[in-house]
Amino acid sequence: MTSFIRNQWYVAAYGSEVGRRLFSRTVCGEPVLLWRTRSGEVTAMSDRCVHRRFPLSQEPSHLDGDQVVCGYHGFTYGADGVCVGVPGQRRVPRTARLATYPVVEQDSFVWVWIGERELADEKLIPRAPWLDRPGWTVVKGMEPLNARYGLLVDNLLDLSHETYLHGGHIGTPEVAETPITTEVDESAAVVRVSRHMDDAACPPFYATSTGIEGRITRWQDIEYHAPCLYLLHSRIAPVGTPPPAEEDGSDPDAFHVEVVYAITPETEGTTHDFWAVARDFAPEDEKVTDFLRESNRTVVLQDVVALDVLEQALQAEQEGYQELSINIDTGGLAARRILERLRREGAPAGEPAVAR
Amino acid sequence: MTRASRPEQSQGPRRTAALPGEGVQRIHWIPGTDRLLAVCFCRTEREFEDPVELWDWLLAHPGTDSDAHDGLVLPYPERDSP
Repeated sequence: MTSFIRNQWYVAAYGSEVGRRLFSRTVCGEPVLLWRTRSGEVTAMSDRCVHRRFPLSQEPSHLDGDQVVCGYHGFTYGADGVCVGVPGQRRVPRTARLATYPVVEQDSFVWVWIGERELADEKLIPRAPWLDRPGWTVVKGMEPLNARYGLLVDNLLDLSHETYLHGGHIGTPEVAETPITTEVDESAAVVRVSRHMDDAACPPFYATSTGIEGRITRWQDIEYHAPCLYLLHSRIAPVGTPPPAEEDGSDPDAFHVEVVYAITPETEGTTHDFWAVARDFAPEDEKVTDFLRESNRTVVLQDVVALDVLEQALQAEQEGYQELSINIDTGGLAARRILERLRREGAPAGEPAVAR
Repeated sequence: MTRASRPEQSQGPRRTAALPGEGVQRIHWIPGTDRLLAVCFCRTEREFEDPVELWDWLLAHPGTDSDAHDGLVLPYPERDSP
């Protein structure tokens, strides 16, 4: 039995991580080998040789042109996963092929489809266009999380924790105090949580990067595309700045930051925490870039420390432990319900999927 | 300072719908109170103090399938009696 949600697209890597070097990342318990062909196409296949299961990402395994050569006994595979050579004999067993994964490179991410190949539809991949769009400057990273991915979903859907866990960085009292509006599109598996603060303190994260002194209008509009992609549309402007134009949404006097997370389960109890911050101001200012990179990584690591501890605490709990939910959890509860539905729908026939 | 246009952005007053789609359910935290107002896409509304009870009601009313709402779409918001 598994808690993984199958038949979904997941971010396996940033495109910049994948090149002419064999690279491996485990997604939903499946070790995926990623590399680029000589023409630059990303390929994704099983990271286990069919012979004795040696990891193909492990040296001295290597690329030879557009073929992967296993470093243990020399089994050789093409970009389609088919074995084209085995040592000491001419006949290659017909079953000698690596499982391959549908793969799409989009918005700076490498997405892989985990599940039944015939169901893979590129149009289902949610977009984060700011990560690869002229006029936007991006900082990004990935932190390993020793916690189940659902804890990161809980964390990101309820930003009131910024006030307490991230005070002095992105949290101010107004975040926890301001009511939220939650919207759920069950069929599209999207949860939106909006918190609009009309008159709030400007946290150091935004004061330093934008140069704003004094109080701000701060909008946080979360858009979670279950299971993998989380977007936080953040609008910051000095109090009194006109709102975006009704007709075309133009908003020249405000600062916009798009915070993107890709939440990719690695194993049942570990998660790849991809994070990126895109901004539409001070595009060439290296000091701002460096500050946002360091600040956001600091914030992400604060979450990682907290969630790693929480995972340990939950594992020590008795079965059927109780939680208490309040108003701030409205969006997180919606996300949990959608994830549970997707889990049931994606479970292989005859296998009861279980929630963790 | 360069600014990109943001056609994706959709903002507005607290009760303005941001997500497109006919099957969107909305929950408003009623300003100045600790209460939540659940609004089904069929426009039936009900207030709650507990988000767990709120979701149980919203999803069971009258079913999670939008087809179950056929013929139930109301011209104006209507309070559902507890």
